[in-house]
Parts: sequence; structure tokens; C-alpha cells
Amino acid sequence: MISNLSIGQYIPGDSFLHKMDARVKLVISMILIILIFFVKSLGGYIAFAAFLIIAIAFSSIPIKLILKSIKSMWFVMALAFILNVFFQTGQTLIWEWSFVKLYKENLIRGAEMVVRLIMLVEITSLLSFTTSAKELTDAIELLFQPLAKIGFPVHEMALMMSIALRFIPTLINETDKIMKAQTARGAAFDSGSLISRIKDMIPILIPLFINSFKRADDLALAMEARCYSDSAKRTRLIEYHLSWRDYVAMGITAILLVLIIVGI
Amino acid sequence: MSIIVENLSYTYMEGTPFEHLAVDDISLEIKDGEFVGIIGHTGSGKSTLIQIISGLLKGYKGNVLINGVDYSDKKADKKALRRTLGVVFQYPEYQLFEETVEKDVAYGPKKLGFSEEETALRVRNAIELVGLDYEEVKDKSPFALSGGQKRKAAIAGVLSMDPDILILDEPIAGLDPAGRESFMEIIKDLNTTGKTIIMISHNMDNIAEYTEKIFVLKNGRIFMEGSPVQIFNDYEKLLEADLDLPDVVRFCRFARENGVEIPKDIIRYKDLLSYLGEKLGRMKHDI
Repeated sequence: MISNLSIGQYIPGDSFLHKMDARVKLVISMILIILIFFVKSLGGYIAFAAFLIIAIAFSSIPIKLILKSIKSMWFVMALAFILNVFFQTGQTLIWEWSFVKLYKENLIRGAEMVVRLIMLVEITSLLSFTTSAKELTDAIELLFQPLAKIGFPVHEMALMMSIALRFIPTLINETDKIMKAQTARGAAFDSGSLISRIKDMIPILIPLFINSFKRADDLALAMEARCYSDSAKRTRLIEYHLSWRDYVAMGITAILLVLIIVGI
Repeated sequence: MSIIVENLSYTYMEGTPFEHLAVDDISLEIKDGEFVGIIGHTGSGKSTLIQIISGLLKGYKGNVLINGVDYSDKKADKKALRRTLGVVFQYPEYQLFEETVEKDVAYGPKKLGFSEEETALRVRNAIELVGLDYEEVKDKSPFALSGGQKRKAAIAGVLSMDPDILILDEPIAGLDPAGRESFMEIIKDLNTTGKTIIMISHNMDNIAEYTEKIFVLKNGRIFMEGSPVQIFNDYEKLLEADLDLPDVVRFCRFARENGVEIPKDIIRYKDLLSYLGEKLGRMKHDI
């Protein structure tokens, strides 16, 4: 019942993007996400799009999946477009029908918004397609490490994140299992009134909560049994080092950054 | 009244790198009142197959007819399917959610639209059928029960819908030996009252002891099909499907290799005991 998840799904591979250091990928993604709101000209959008297309080409992720991740956000995009086009006033009126007024500026702004959203989805899904949850939490932990000096619980935060990420697929599988079991007992999630559908969520949520608490308890016990302690100084199984790929990626990002700030 | 599956195929996550063909062109027929076993190595497609038969997985290729009705048809009455076919999943205690056992067992019949009295009657019957004391457990929270009792309560929640066909996915996994036997006797009794039983199990002893027909799956296909006697006497082929023999059959093979005559149709524990008993008796007589 729940399948075909395309957002947030790591797809193993050994492409250029896969081999890049997760810290660099994370920082570049953050820069791009901020940068996208500073693009002002058509040239800027083209440069940005070219950058993303190159990234996709070096990710070995099937185009189908990339398109699918965009498709899953169509509602947000449509909403952003409509809000921008119809709920603002502009100067150049190009079409009018009773109270509906179409302004040229708004049309452009709406289109810009959609393009930005597509690029946002692209950046984040490329990051999650090519970076495993483990790499991502390690990257966050390493990037936040300086904050540990002022007492910020970096390690605990990273641990919480990795546990949460680790259990997302488990919980999805379990939800699926419970949904099927309750469907077999007559629950109907895809038909009936809204109220009866909401009522039918109770037989899913309660077992799900109970199992989650039980699992959390088991996990805590298992960690304690293996003498887990957050104060222990530990070394890493995998040491992260920057490679030529990371410098190349940083270089290209820097060029894009300059191009957009200069305002082509 | 029967289950007919024609050219059934199912692919998980089609169109992604995780694409996986779980069921590959399966055709089979299960007649009314049969006790059928489905066995196969982990990942052979057993669970997918029964989920499709139960109408819980959509998007398959091929046909599934239950009593002549194709329930994948949008116009088909889904409630009629739930009344006809009950499914007990692996570790069914996961599906418990209500405040009391009585309410939990009543969930199914209520959803199917039975009256209050009818539901109450069915709940009582189902709880007693699985061997729980109705008066003792009805007002208890299902979460306060022991593991074995939880399993029974959850199964009562399916039996209360009184389905003609009962599908069981690894029903005895995690039960203690006494619990296993008493549970299987309940299922056997249900079968004698005319219900069709389809059981998935990794436990070959259990399959040999109770089923009358077996489908062996391998890589999403039907690899072997026949009576338990036929299946368990074809050791080489069974091994190819990464399966093993029931203890009784293993014993018989060992005995035969060492020159003791035991007929091939003995695969059940009781049959073996009575045969050996008879034989030993005769030997005593001869001496």
C-alpha cells in the first residue's frame, strides 16, 4: 500500500556524486538553496539549471526518478503559481475576465517560483539519492563539532538523528503491515466518508505507537547492554577525507556563486 | 466455490532500481474445503501471493477469482470479500488496538455491518473457539494478556468475521510447543466444518501433519505441486527449493537406508507410531 517512495530514498551507486564527501555535498546543497533566491536574471537561471543538469549527469540516478520527485511536489508548485499569479496586483494588464485579472509581472513571478521550487526539490533529492543516512548524520556531526566546545550536545543530536532516520523504513514497513491486517478485518482507508476514514486510522496508530515505544525500550536496553555511553571518546570506523572530486565540486560551485552574485 | 489464480505476476517498486519480480506467472486452483499448505524459501513469493489473493495488494497482472468473483473490479463488493476470506498475518498480535478484548474482536463484524446481537454472539463464539475463557478475558485490555493469549485474541478477531476461507501466514511462529498443537487442532476443526484453509509455514512438520495439498514456491514460481506424500518423497527436488524434510520423513528415510521397511505414504507422526506399533507387535508375536 505504501511504496514507490522517491523522496528521501538513498540509491546506492558509485558515481561522482556518490563518492563525494557528504560534508561537502551538504554544505554545497545549503549554499545552493540560499543562492536560488538571489537569482534575478534569465542568465542566472540558465547557469543554475546547467549546474544542476551536470550534477544529475554525474549522479547515475535515472532521470525517471528525478522527474518523479518533482511530480510528487506538483500540488505545492501549482499552489505557489496560483497564489503568485492571481493574488497580487501588477502593472501590465494582459487579460481580464470579470474579477480575474492577469498581469504580466505576476505571470513571470509565478513561473519563477515554480522554477525555484523545482530546483529546490532537485537539490535536496540529489543529496538524499546519493548520500546514505549514515554519511549524512556523520557529516552533520562533523560540521557541528565546533559547537561542542560551547556545550552543544552535538554527538547526542547526531545519534538521535541517525536513530530516527534508521527507523523510518522500519516504521513505514510496519504501518504497511498493520494497514493490511486491519484492511483484512474490514477497515477501509480508500473509501467511505472523511470521518470514517479518520476513524479507521485509530486501529493503525495505536498498534504503531505501542510498537514504537516497545522498540525504543528494546533499543535502549540493547545499547546499555553494550555499554553505550555518550561521554565515551570514540574513534570512527570510517574517516572522512576530501578528495579531488570535492575540490572540483567546490570550484564549480564557487564559479556559479560568483556568476549569480555578479548578476549575469 | 473455489479460488482460481491465473497467470499471476507481481513486481515490487516497478520502474525503480529496487524493482523486484516477486510473483512470476503463477496459476493455481484451491477447491472448497481443502487444507492447503504453501511452502518455500524466504523471498519465494509466498506472502505476496496470499496478499494478492486476499485483495490487499493491487497492481498485479493476471486474474484472481474467489468464488467466481474478481474483486479487483471496482464494482465488486469489498465487504463480501472480507466476509468470505479472513487473513491471519504473521504475529497477528500487532493488530490489537482496542481497550478490551471484546471490543477488539468485535471490530471486524461491526465493520462488516452485523447487528449488535449478531456481533456479540460472534465475538463470544470466536473467543471460545480459540480456547480463551470469554468471561475472564472479555473486559481485559488485550495488552494485559500473555503472548500466547494475545495471539489467540488476535486470531479471534479474524474468526469473528466467520470467513469461509481462512488464510494463515506462519500462524504458529513464536508459540510454545503446547500452544502450537492446541492452535493447530483448532484450525483442523475449522477445516472439518468445511472451511478452506491456506497456510504458509516454514515448519515442515506442521505442514506434513495437517495439509492435504502443497504448493512449493521458488523464485516466485510454482516449483512443485501435489499431496504431502508426493512432495515429501521427492527429497532431491525439495532440496533444490532450499527446503527440508519433516522429522517423520527424515526418520523413515534413515530407517529405510538401514533396511527397515516403512511404506512411503507415512509422513505423519501418528501414522508412523501406529505402523511401528503394529510391526513391533507382530515381531513379538513371531518370536
